[in-house]
Amino acid sequence: MPHLGDAVFAGAARFAGVFVLLLLGAIIVVLAIGGLQAFRAFGPAFLISTDWDPVQMVFGAAVPVFGTLATSVLALIMAVPLSFGIAVYLTELAPAWVRRPVGTAIELLAAIPSIIYGMWGFFVIVPIMAQWIQPHVIDTFDGIPVLEDLFAGPPFGTGLFTAALILAIMIVPFIAATMRDVFETVPAVYKESAYGVGCTMWEVMRSIVIPYTRTSVVGGIMLGLGRALGETMAVTFVIGNTNRIATSLFGPGNTIASIVALEFPESQAGSLKLSALLALGFILFVISFIVLAISRLLLRPRLKG
Amino acid sequence: MSATTAAPALPGSIPGPAKDARVARQLSGRRQRTNRIVKVLCIAATVIGLAFLASILATLLWRGLGGLSLTVFTTSTLPPGSQGGLLNAIIGSLIQTALGAAIGTPIGLLVGTYLAEYSRGSALGNAVRFVSDVLLSAPSILIGLFVYQLLVAPFGGFSGIAGCIALAVIVIPIVVRTTEDMLRLIPVSLREAAVALGTPQWKVIVMICYRAAKDGIVTGILLAVARVAGETAPLLFTSLGNLNWSLSLTKPMASLPVTIYQYAGSAFEDWVQLAWVGALLITAGVLAINIIARVALRGGK
Repeated sequence: MPHLGDAVFAGAARFAGVFVLLLLGAIIVVLAIGGLQAFRAFGPAFLISTDWDPVQMVFGAAVPVFGTLATSVLALIMAVPLSFGIAVYLTELAPAWVRRPVGTAIELLAAIPSIIYGMWGFFVIVPIMAQWIQPHVIDTFDGIPVLEDLFAGPPFGTGLFTAALILAIMIVPFIAATMRDVFETVPAVYKESAYGVGCTMWEVMRSIVIPYTRTSVVGGIMLGLGRALGETMAVTFVIGNTNRIATSLFGPGNTIASIVALEFPESQAGSLKLSALLALGFILFVISFIVLAISRLLLRPRLKG
Repeated sequence: MSATTAAPALPGSIPGPAKDARVARQLSGRRQRTNRIVKVLCIAATVIGLAFLASILATLLWRGLGGLSLTVFTTSTLPPGSQGGLLNAIIGSLIQTALGAAIGTPIGLLVGTYLAEYSRGSALGNAVRFVSDVLLSAPSILIGLFVYQLLVAPFGGFSGIAGCIALAVIVIPIVVRTTEDMLRLIPVSLREAAVALGTPQWKVIVMICYRAAKDGIVTGILLAVARVAGETAPLLFTSLGNLNWSLSLTKPMASLPVTIYQYAGSAFEDWVQLAWVGALLITAGVLAINIIARVALRGGK
């Protein structure tokens, strides 16, 4: 005879599970309904329009979408080698007594709130960029085609590159921790065999560890990308907040998250502008969902957790 | 380049390719050099990572300690130039974090229990696990927008309770993840022993499994608290922030992160100073919870 308490508890647990499914569904539906007014008003052109004019009530998503993708991809380019180095150090190089404290310190980077990164970026990194790095880089690349345009413009210190740098620091702990965890799943026999025939550490990493963990490593990188896409406060402080597609990495821009955070307080309930912001939120959710879903599918088989 | 060249076998030696000592030395040298360079780069990457952490902490201490005084904890936020503190923001953050965790934890616990104990490879279980993992990394600003549309816009105003709900949505997937992982670590024999005595399954889970997994589950809750304590973006659209003293959950409520955001961007020196103090407080709190949670987990193992 099934116990009454069992039925109640199992029912509650199953209901909670369904509740989580409904929660995600509700987020998507609510954002889509909220953005409907803007999608109706501008049609598919909303996605490719670079306008953002609250006075004329004309809105487009192209600039923030560009800024979101550009800063996130740039952040990945910086964060992946750094994370790889840290993961290799923690799994292969560090003496046993160093591993735990250094690993914890790197993980603590992920615990620091986003707004702290924003303040630190604004008050520490931006002046360093404006005074030292940007003028130097602009001078160096002056006269070289392509690079000259990529690193052009007045050295304000803010802009896409600075935002990407801060994002990179924020996602390093996620990527590094995943890489470390999957590197540790490589069977010791494989590595020992390679060392046994005289491979160096780098050769073991390149020929044994990376091929063995390739899928999960990509999954970890996608996880970092997913985090970078939706990062709000840190980016808002340092990106310069201009609705223009910058051709220079040092130029100002915006991201979906930053424009929503900044423009939201100035939008009236029920206005077309608010709807446009919600539509941007919907687009961000779709992009993040795809990236995070890929990340999870790649990571799941190897990592239980 | 190859270390071995096909040389004619010398009399008395083993037939087959002989080793060219010069080429071998060169190649070995190059391989060792590459290896050394990679090692140095890896150490450099770690040093860079640690340097960023050190720089952030040093900046917070340097800018924040100077403004730290008793008035920060005893006075509410005041207009610039009038010696205000952060009391309402600190209390508001404590209330919203505590309530958010109190709402989110039971749900997360139940979902984690469902995934570990009941789902057993079912399609629903896999879907729930997938969705929970996506929610874990979903942009928090979108959760703010979602709660705004659901609880703020229809009810005509920002409220502390909307902030709590937004934080609860962030808490749920974190608690789900650790609860499921920790329950899965409990040996099946423990459950079988209890079931053999005629214990109903729910009692096995509550009295045996929860108790055995307590340390891990508490760690998950602590990490969730640490995460939401620093969340700014979802609160911007829900509890909004309040420069006046208010404990009402139906009115806009101050919080430390939102106050920091408002103050850091202002033109007043004393406000910026208070923003740094707030930043120092919140980082110290969040890092302390993280370290405690880690130590607790390690001690429990």
